[in-house]
Amino acid sequence: MNEIAAQAPTEPLLMSQSRHAPSSLAVARLMLLRDLKLASRKASQLVQPLAFFAIVITLFPLAVTPELPKLRHIAPGVVWAAALLSSLLALEFLFRDDAQDGTLEQYALSGRSLTGLLVAKTAAHWLLTGLPLALMAPLAGAALGIPNAALPGVLASVTVGTVTLSLIGAVGAALTLGVRRAGALLSLLTLPLEIPVLIFGARAMKLAIAAQPYGAPLTLLAGLAVLGVTLAPLAVSAAVRINLE
Amino acid sequence: MAWTWFHRLASPPHIYRTAGRLTPWLAWPAALLIVAGLIGGLYLAPPDYQQGDGYRIMYVHAPSAWLSLMVYTIMAVAGGIGLIWRMKVAHAVAAASAPIGASFTLATLVTGSLWGKPMWGTYWAWDPRLTSELILFFMYLGYMGLRAAFEDVQRADRISAVLAVVGLVDVPIVHYSVVWWNSLHQGPSVMYLGKPTMPPSMLVPLLIMFLGFTLFFGAVLMMRLRGEVLLRERTATWVREAIRT
Repeated sequence: MNEIAAQAPTEPLLMSQSRHAPSSLAVARLMLLRDLKLASRKASQLVQPLAFFAIVITLFPLAVTPELPKLRHIAPGVVWAAALLSSLLALEFLFRDDAQDGTLEQYALSGRSLTGLLVAKTAAHWLLTGLPLALMAPLAGAALGIPNAALPGVLASVTVGTVTLSLIGAVGAALTLGVRRAGALLSLLTLPLEIPVLIFGARAMKLAIAAQPYGAPLTLLAGLAVLGVTLAPLAVSAAVRINLE
Repeated sequence: MAWTWFHRLASPPHIYRTAGRLTPWLAWPAALLIVAGLIGGLYLAPPDYQQGDGYRIMYVHAPSAWLSLMVYTIMAVAGGIGLIWRMKVAHAVAAASAPIGASFTLATLVTGSLWGKPMWGTYWAWDPRLTSELILFFMYLGYMGLRAAFEDVQRADRISAVLAVVGLVDVPIVHYSVVWWNSLHQGPSVMYLGKPTMPPSMLVPLLIMFLGFTLFFGAVLMMRLRGEVLLRERTATWVREAIRT
């Protein structure tokens, strides 16, 4: 099945009429690999949100002050606001191509659980946009004067937080699937819902910088991620179905 | 026979007539109660020993805040009913509610900041309740924006219903995360209006205002629902007849 994914990445995989239909988990795995493979061929799409993240971070020393102690004070807010905006930018790639060439419809018609397929797609999206962002956050944090000892905390808070950002973002992207030039609307829909992530994420980072235990806000972030994994896929698949009707 | 009233909910002309018939039964009690509540709150109730006459704005502020949340709930529940049972009237109720709820949210924000000027010395403080009310306002704007983005009314109904249900899950999380955020940042505790130790001369007008505002919402909802039904059924013959008379 991997070879099929390699040969015809834009073809729906699930049309394979094999007598032994693959299990749901295998299908989800194929979906994940397909999205990763497709993304690796369009690397510029992946770099753009990261570059955007870096530019937003760069704006603050220029606009506020280049003094590291002062920057350190606002660093958690800056990193998290930049992460929220960058994840918003990355949402454009989540469903757009599949919706345009009709692949999404084939998923809905495949007889497989659309929810499961979209979970796999969202997971791929997190691996492609959330995880790189999280890996880049310590770098941005160091540039903003966060001490080295606090960088694991920065990494942890952005890693856990971006899971929820990807899930809420997937809901927003699915809702605005049929809307042309949905950028501003998408931000109005998703940012209010993402405020708890911002609060707990920035809090965890702030505690890490102060060399205090940051387990409590991190646990709350993880709780939000679990809630998101549980409920968001239902809303995503409902919205996709309505938009395909 | 017992269920005829329920089946007739599916008939737009029936809804149009019923809403029209209900309007005065909601509007007149609402007007009387609001006038009575204002007299009770603004003239009869004694000034507060700490806030003087400044507290009297709560007779508008608190009922608006209550309705800003209740209308969102109604919107989400109506949307859910419309989504599950494909009930067109429920969607019309949700569509008619959104601008009313947004107006109450705006009224809460404006009266809250007017109260803040004499009490806090500033029109805007990042008080947890005001902040979560502001986020609620953004959520109303997002809901109305999403609705307006679709030309097909049925699709707009179903998509925005998904958003409202997602929002209903998220509103408590946003509210409590904002409360938690604020308790970490703000040193002196903020006085809040709704103290349970209110004497009856202050409390009774407030309760009257609550009831009056709720009935007022019902009356406005009925009027807007009539407009919504007419708009949706504008090609039907009964609408032409209803407008002619």
